[in-house]
Order: sequence, then C-alpha cells, then structure tokens
Amino acid sequence: MKQFQGRVVTPGEVTAEAVVTKEGFNTLASFQMALQFGDKEVKCGDQSNQELYGKPLIGKALCLPQTIGSTTGGLVLYCACAMEKNPACMLFANHIDSLAAAGAVLADVWVDGVTMPVVDGLGDEFLSYVRDGMTITVKENGVVEVV
Amino acid sequence: MILTKEQQAILDGAQGETLAKVMKTLVMYGDAFEAEKLVPITSKHNHLVTSFGLKVMSPVYDLMQKLLDADVCSEQTFSVDPRPLDKNVPANALQNLVFNKFMYTKQDFYEDQLKRLGLMDQNAFTCTCYMDEVGNKPKKGDVLSWAESSAVVYANSVLGARCNRNSGIIDIMGSIVGYVPYFGLLTDEGRKATWVVKIQTTKKPEAQLLGSAIGMKVMEDVPYVVGLDTWLGNELNDAACAYLKDFGAATASNGAVGLYHIEGLTPEAVELGESLIAEGAKEYVIDDEELQRVKDSYPVIWKNPDAAPKLCFVGCPHLSLEQLKTWTVNVENELKKNGKKKVTVKTVFTAAPAVLQAFEKTEYAARLKATGVITSYICPLMYMNNPLCKKMPVITSSNKLRTYTSARYDTDEEILKTITGGKNK
Repeated sequence: MKQFQGRVVTPGEVTAEAVVTKEGFNTLASFQMALQFGDKEVKCGDQSNQELYGKPLIGKALCLPQTIGSTTGGLVLYCACAMEKNPACMLFANHIDSLAAAGAVLADVWVDGVTMPVVDGLGDEFLSYVRDGMTITVKENGVVEVV
Repeated sequence: MILTKEQQAILDGAQGETLAKVMKTLVMYGDAFEAEKLVPITSKHNHLVTSFGLKVMSPVYDLMQKLLDADVCSEQTFSVDPRPLDKNVPANALQNLVFNKFMYTKQDFYEDQLKRLGLMDQNAFTCTCYMDEVGNKPKKGDVLSWAESSAVVYANSVLGARCNRNSGIIDIMGSIVGYVPYFGLLTDEGRKATWVVKIQTTKKPEAQLLGSAIGMKVMEDVPYVVGLDTWLGNELNDAACAYLKDFGAATASNGAVGLYHIEGLTPEAVELGESLIAEGAKEYVIDDEELQRVKDSYPVIWKNPDAAPKLCFVGCPHLSLEQLKTWTVNVENELKKNGKKKVTVKTVFTAAPAVLQAFEKTEYAARLKATGVITSYICPLMYMNNPLCKKMPVITSSNKLRTYTSARYDTDEEILKTITGGKNK
C-alpha cells in the first residue's frame, strides 16, 4: 500500500477500482457516445487514448494527468454527474485544468446527492505507481491510498 | 479569494439564491487556481460553446431554465457554436430519424432559451464568431468569459484578448455576474511561453497537422513558435489569420492549448518578442519527418479502413470568406485537370451563416455550386456525433473533427485530389 497527498478540489471519501491514463483525458471524446446512447458501463469512447478506449469509466477511480480537448468538457462532466454516470473520483497527477475544475465545481454546486471527490497535485510518482485494477481510497483531506 | 463588498453580497444571497450559486461556482472555480480576485469582463459580447439541443444534455437545459426562472440573465449578448443540423447536408432516412427523433429533440426548446438568455441574433451560430461578418471580435486586452476551445485560442493568440479555457456553463455564469476569476491566461505570467517550438520543415506545414503535433506535445502549456513566419510572413492578413484559426483549433483539440505566440506575427510576440519565453522553457523541433510521424499515428476506425470515401467535410472550424473563395478556385482547377465537372465525393464546406451570406453575394458562390460542393452552417462534429457515422467513410482536413469522430484526417491537398477524382500518392 502506498499513500499520496494531494490537494482537495471537491471533497469526499470513496473507495474504487483504478483506471489509469498517462495521456491527457479528452472528456468529450471519452464520454459523448456512452452518455448519448445509454452505455451503462460508460465505456471510454476516445479512439486516440489507447490506454482507456473501451474501458468502463462509471464508478471507477479515474487516474490521469489532466483533461484536454473541447471546452464542452466541463459540462459533459457535469452531465455525467447529474445522470449518475460519473467516475467515483478523479485523481490528477498535475494541477487540475480549467475544464475539469469547471465540471467538478458545477457538479458540486448544482447537482444534489452526487459526490465525486476530486484531488489534484498527486505528482508524477502517483501516476507511475498506480495501475488498472488497483484499489484506491480517497480521504476527505486529500490523502489517496493505493493498494 | 478576496471579493469586493458587492461580490461578497451576491455570494451571501443579497440578490437571490440562484445568483449566489452562480457566484459560488465562479469563486470555487477561481479557488481551484488560487485566483486572488475576480476581474470585470470588458468585451462587448460573450461566446458560448453549447449550441445543441441534445436530449441527453437535459441537465444543462434544466440549469439554464433555473437561470431564466430566477431572471439572472447577462447584460452581454452572445454568439454560440454552430447549429447541429441542416437539411442541405446529405443524410439518409435513418440518420434523419436518429437526428430528429432521438438526438436533437431539444433543439427548438434550447434555441428559445438561448434567445431569452441574450443571443446576438438568429444567425449568431458559429465557432468563428470573430469573423468580421459575424461581429463578435474582441479588442486586444479585452477580458472575456468565452468558451469554445478554437475561439478562445484564436482570441488569445491572434487578437490579443485575455480568456481562460472556460468550460460551457462557466462561460455564461461569468457573463451573468460580469466577472471572471483572475488566473492563468488572464495574467502576464500565465501568458509566458514554457515551450519553444522550432519549425524546420522544407515546405509550409499543414496548419491542422502542425497544430496537432504541438498540441499533443505541450498539452495545456503556452508554445512560442519560431520559424513559422518564414511561411506565413509578418502580417496578420486574411491568409495568415485563416491559417492560425485552423492551426489553433488543432492545438486546442489535440491538446489543451489556450494561447500560442508566433514569432514576428502574433501581437504579443511582435510587441514583446523573446521576453515572452519563460526561464527553463522546453524545446520541440518540428521537421518533415516529425509531421509525418504524427500523421501516421492517427488511427483510422472506419468499419472498412480501405473503403472509398463517401462524404467529405471541410470547415471545422468554420471557413473564412477568403478560404471559401480559395477552395472554389482550387476545386475548379483540380476538376478541370482531372477532366471532371462535379466533385466525385459528396462534399460539404461549412462556414458561419453571416460568412455564407457574404459569400452568396460574390461570383464564387455560383461557381462553387456548379462543382457540386454543398455549403452549410452546421457543426460537422455534431452531425457525426452518432454511431451511424462510424460506418461511414468520412474524410476531413480538420484535426478537430478527426479527434472527436470516426472521420479520417487527410491534408487539404489530399482532400482536393480525392473529391475531384484525382489520385493521391
């Protein structure tokens, strides 16, 4: 087990299985087909991301450097949360980017009953260590345990 | 974040619960970037990214309705991204069924919301709102609350305005309050380049391929590009602006670039030169081989990768008036060379409604129509954003469209040959 300390962007506690990308996570490309066409597993639809393409995202601990792409990214994340099709948490190795921050904040302020903890600044070592399938526990204070 | 008395009062609910939540959203958004304050928006108009009435995006329209019900609209009017549908664009019966009965069932409802929220006019649907014909062109130094990645990167880089890569919904919330958090690309420090990109190609690099390479390399950082003025010159004329529009869209969609500097060409690079380069900036050299490597890395996910193209989209982001004219001449010449009268692949050129109206007033419009090319105001991305299109062999010279759909990326030159019945190497 290894612990990483990050910064809390939106608070919460959760335990979930990791899915990992070392590339930028394109929110629109990843979610658009799954959300529109009722994919219950919310499989990643981003053809350019070979690490995640086709893997389920719902309920997972999404480990990533940052998000990239269209500025619909934040509202897509907001919609995923409002539809309860969001990852269990989002864990950023880098400082969070403006689109992911917007999505996390919109969900936190405007969606009732959904908690998606978001922690950033976990560092490159976090992303080097974590692998698909590992169990991740996020604490309220931004501590992330990886088993 | 330190708020003024007026801002704090709004946050505390002095102007109602809904406006307080809007302010809370902006404060939390700014806090994520350690923003110390909110600064006033100074542009005349706003630009929103959400233009589509997708059934699945109901949470967005519900939120917009909360804003309307609470009467917390912005003092700014705004343009918005392109409409998703146009009867002129080829679609089979099944596609039309999916578009109209399943996907975009909220389009009329949402367009009505947009009008009530402050849409500039009924034609203000384009991703290139900064075109003269459209009339939403911010001044150098203006502070914006825009979204739409390609418009934000253009406004920052080519026009010298100041805007972060705001998400949809954040765009209108900033405009409603009249302030945006002061961080990132709004600050002098945030506009410094942390990459120096050296262009060492033997010919003018394809705009959307070069942008893709840089976007994938620098992600959200600011690149300072050296050597591109060799190919573009030192004047921001129509051709240079069109090139930078396409280049920027690719940097923003294949990466997350919100601002670039082109040595000797873009306003801040001309004004401040190498002082824009941050200490310890990394270097990326781009030559012919590197561009080829990037192009070869794009997956082709058509059902049959060897299929003959059946549809072609040019104009993501929307074409300028000059680009429409240039394409008209190029298509005519290539058809003549290949002994053809009409394009051999259904081809759609997309541009802003106001640009298309201006184009219709030129002699080129009839000439383009004679080649069989269709013009439209739609967003090709929205057209292709469904599983039916995955089976269709669609080609495009837009790296943005390639990123989000199953369309195959070809260079402008390859597209031209393909649609006119010529042969590519």
